[in-house]
Order: sequence, then C-alpha cells, then structure tokens
Amino acid sequence: MAFLFSIAALVPLNSKGHYIHWHFIDISVANLIVIVLIVVTFIAALLAPFPGRRRRKESHE
Amino acid sequence: MSTRTRGFRPDVDAPEWKGGHSPYDIIKEGTIALLVIALLTLLLAVIFGSPDESAITIKKWSNADPIDFATTALSELNGTSTTATYGAPYNHNGPSQHIGPLQLAKWVGVRIPINTAQDFVLNPLGVLPNQPVLDTALKTWKRANATTKSAWLNAYTNASTKMTFVNGNVLVKTSTSGPVPVMINDLTMMARSGALDQDLLNGNGFYTTDYTEPLLFLSDGQYLGNLATEQHLSGDQWGMMNETGNYPGQSWLWLYTFWYQIPPFNTSASGDALVWGVMMLLSAVLLFVPLIPGLRSIPRRLKIYRLIWREHYRDSAGSP
Amino acid sequence: MNNAEIDRQWTTRLRRRVEGKLPPEKLLPDTQPSYVASWIYVFGVATLASLGVVIATGCILALRGPQWWHGSPYGHFVNSLHLWSVEIFFFTMVIHLWGKFAMAAWRGGRTLTWMTGVITFLTSIAAAFTGYASQSNFDSQWITTQAKDGINATGAGAYFNVLNLGQMLMWHIVLLPIAAVLLTALHVLMVRIKGVVPPFEDSASPARESLPVSE
Repeated sequence: MAFLFSIAALVPLNSKGHYIHWHFIDISVANLIVIVLIVVTFIAALLAPFPGRRRRKESHE
Repeated sequence: MSTRTRGFRPDVDAPEWKGGHSPYDIIKEGTIALLVIALLTLLLAVIFGSPDESAITIKKWSNADPIDFATTALSELNGTSTTATYGAPYNHNGPSQHIGPLQLAKWVGVRIPINTAQDFVLNPLGVLPNQPVLDTALKTWKRANATTKSAWLNAYTNASTKMTFVNGNVLVKTSTSGPVPVMINDLTMMARSGALDQDLLNGNGFYTTDYTEPLLFLSDGQYLGNLATEQHLSGDQWGMMNETGNYPGQSWLWLYTFWYQIPPFNTSASGDALVWGVMMLLSAVLLFVPLIPGLRSIPRRLKIYRLIWREHYRDSAGSP
Repeated sequence: MNNAEIDRQWTTRLRRRVEGKLPPEKLLPDTQPSYVASWIYVFGVATLASLGVVIATGCILALRGPQWWHGSPYGHFVNSLHLWSVEIFFFTMVIHLWGKFAMAAWRGGRTLTWMTGVITFLTSIAAAFTGYASQSNFDSQWITTQAKDGINATGAGAYFNVLNLGQMLMWHIVLLPIAAVLLTALHVLMVRIKGVVPPFEDSASPARESLPVSE
C-alpha cells in the first residue's frame, strides 16, 4: 500500500495544459477526451449485445 | 384505483407490461457496480493523481510583483479597484448587475460590507507597532478633509504610472501627495513580510475560516489573473471548465461556460446575471420536460429507443 | 386491544401506506421485466456506486481535516481517489440522463422520478462546486473569486459567500451530501415503486385510439 502512495502518480498531469482551438471553441485535450469517451460509451452501451437472451426468452414462454 | 377511458398519449402514458420477467439479482448488481467503480477510481488515481497548485499569498504576490501590489493598494485607497466599485453585496459604490428591471443583488443589499480604503489599507497599517513616520502619516491622513485627500490621491495616481521598486521601496516621483507615498510603501513592506495576510484574516478574530478580505484584495490585482490566464482558466478561455495542468476539469459546465464566450454575455456589464438567468431557465426546461409538449416527443421521434429495446421489438414481431 | 384505535395511529397508517406502495418484493425484487436488456441500464447503478465511492473517500479526507492532503502523500492519494470518483460520477450520471431521455422514462406516471433525477443532477453540480471551493489552494482561490460574480448577481452571494472557506466546506461536507443522498434515495425508491418504464409501443402495432389508463 505504501508503494501506491509513494508513486504520487505514474503519469502526472501537472505539466502545461494542451488546448485545441477550433473557431471560437477552446477546449483542453483532457476535457475533450472525457467528452469523447462519454459519447463513445453511450453509443457502445446502446449497441453492445446484452447477455442473458436465452434466459429472457425462457421467461417469456 | 379508478380507471377512465381516454386517448393514449405515447409521450406521456406507458403501456402496461403484460410480458415476461427474468431473474434479477439487485444486490449482486449493486455489489459488482461498487467493485468496478472502486477499482476504476483506484486505477485513475494511481495513474494520474490529482493537482495541487499552492495558494497565492499576499506575501508571495507582493514579493513577486511589488509594483502590481502597490498599484492595487493605491486603487483600494482611492476607491477605484474592482472591489471598491463593486456594489452589492460589498458596498453601495457601483451599479449591481441586473436583468432588465430585476436588480436582485441591489435589492438584497450590502450584507458583506467592505470599505477598501479602511479594511485593506488604513486599518492594517494602524496595527503596525513602533512606526513613528507611519504613525505621523496616518494621523495626517485622518485629520485631512475629503478635498485634500482627493488632491493627494490624484497627484500620486498620476505619478504612479512611473512607479519603480528600488532597494525594497516603492518609489513614485511626487511631492504633492501628502502621506500617501509613505502609506503605500509601508503597506507594500507589510505585505512582503506576510503580516498583511494575517491581519486581513485576524480582523475577524483569532479563529476565522473566512477569506473574503484577502481574496478580494488578491483578485483586484493583475497577478492572480495572470497566473490563471497562464493556466487557461480565464472566463474568455472557457476557463470555468478547465483544471490546472493537463487534468480534466468540469466538462459538465460546458453550457454554462459557452455563454461567456459570445455576446451579449461577454460584452454586457450584467453578463453574469444574464448567464445565470439563461441557465436557470434551461434548468427549469430540463426539469419540466415531461410536461412540455413537443420537447417530450423528441425521444419518440429520435428513435434511439429502438436500439435499447431491439430485443423486445424483435421478439414482439416474431410472436403471433 | 382496541383495533380501531391502533388502525388510526400515525405509525400504523404510515406503515400500511409504505407496505402498500413498496412491499419487500418491490423494494428488493428478484425479477425484472424482460425488456430490460441493454447496457444502458447499468448507468443508474454505476452512478449510485460512484456516489458511494465519492462519499467514502470524502469521509477518509474528513478524518484528518481539510489541510491533510497538502502535506501528506497518503492524504494526496485519497484526494486523487475523491477527484476521480467525482469525474466518474458525472460521467455515469450524464450517460444515465441521456439514456433516460432516449427512453422518455417519465412516461406512465414517472414524472416525479424524472424531476428528482434532474434536481439531484443540479444538486451534484452545487456539491462539486463547493468541493472545488474547499480545496484551499490556487485552484479554489481562482474558482471562488470568479464564481462570486455570477452568484452575487443573483443576490444569493450576500448569504452564500463563496470566499468564506468555512461556509463552503460545511455546505460541501454536511448540507449538500445530505441533500444529494436524500434526493438519490427518493429517486431510487420511485423507480422501485413505479418500476422501469416499458418500451414505446411498436410502430408496427395498430395505433391505439383509447385505452384504459390507471390513475
């Protein structure tokens, strides 16, 4: 456990922030990654097959 | 339970489910969710850590940029600083923000009274012991009338454009500013020693957790704002969403931040009031979506639900 | 024993009302409608779990006080856990919100479920803000000196002083967590009482002209 604390961070993000400018939009790379991940996760949740289909079909019959 | 027959409204009513049920272990689901989220949190914390940029003290500020400090101190004394001219809730010296006839801040009034000349300059200088030159300057200031004070301040302000900082002293070439040069120079020395940080807090007693005065003083200068701009945290840099360094910030504030980038929000003196008004309106719309025809039809028209319930629709289509 | 008197008691009436609305098999069900078959459904419980981790890590931070994390690597690590659990909390809550909108989950008498969800979302934003205000570092100095202008403009700044660390900290660790937990509990109980919203009628089915609708 002490090992975890002594690391502080494997990939510390304390260096100068990176930003993307597009027209009047100015967004940090970090925030953009988070937002993209939210959208990707949402789409994945909609599309990914959900297990247990056979069990649900049996409950119908 | 009473029943009556009326038209089925697909965006308001839900059909009664007469289909099957499948086994569901709610406790197991909750436990797995907790474990997964806890592990993910642990992973992110170990990999990325969290930011902790040290707070800026008035001592740090005045040592890093004594001219900015002294200029700000002057603006507190001559009543031209942002705090001095803010209006409610700090004082009556400025027009508060409004949305049309709604002047909410003004109507609530001055509840956190701040007199910048007294609270940020004169009172702190008054606590310094064994300062005969300063004591004389303060007495001279106190005895003078408003016209005299104004003349001294104007003379010093005009000359302060060529302010320098030499051998630990703030130097402004003026001979008609009365006690003002001594007061500004001594306040700068007090700030550089750290004593001003403490005095602005202890004005409220030994124990305090209220940082209103030092924070207002700090934010009246350029130093804090310049550091924030370097970190991309300014309002016109979409700063409300951002965090220091490369850390993700508050992406959920994207819409609140957006308004500050466009007129009239970024040009109006009541820009904050306008943004808050718009956001409260939009929050109310989100809250009342189920009751707003048109808006509540969007899900049915978008048809994303067909992906969510595709198994159900497939099975229903297949059944006799 | 006078049964009529017992029937009239507040305790008896409340217990019967609760039992009627939320019998044990509804509170802790062992089945769910078979249309609940999508990964989108896990984001509600994921949000709940994230809230649990946020509160747990916040409690650990509270053990050693608000300055602990500045000087201790252990404290800083717990702060990192707290920050990332908050990021995950909002991540999962937003996906949950999008999913519930896509399902028009307010249908069938579930308007209050939707509304408690939105109010919880807004309360969470306030809780996060007071958390950022309580960091006692450069970030909190900047955030509070900027945010004060918006809050002052509403008139609330006269009483909700974001520059007052003590006030912000107490709102963050007492008032807003209580509000968030109560609202979340209400929201979840409503889901249990009303059940998960059924699918839209298939457009291939004949259009309904009139139907019995329970009130």
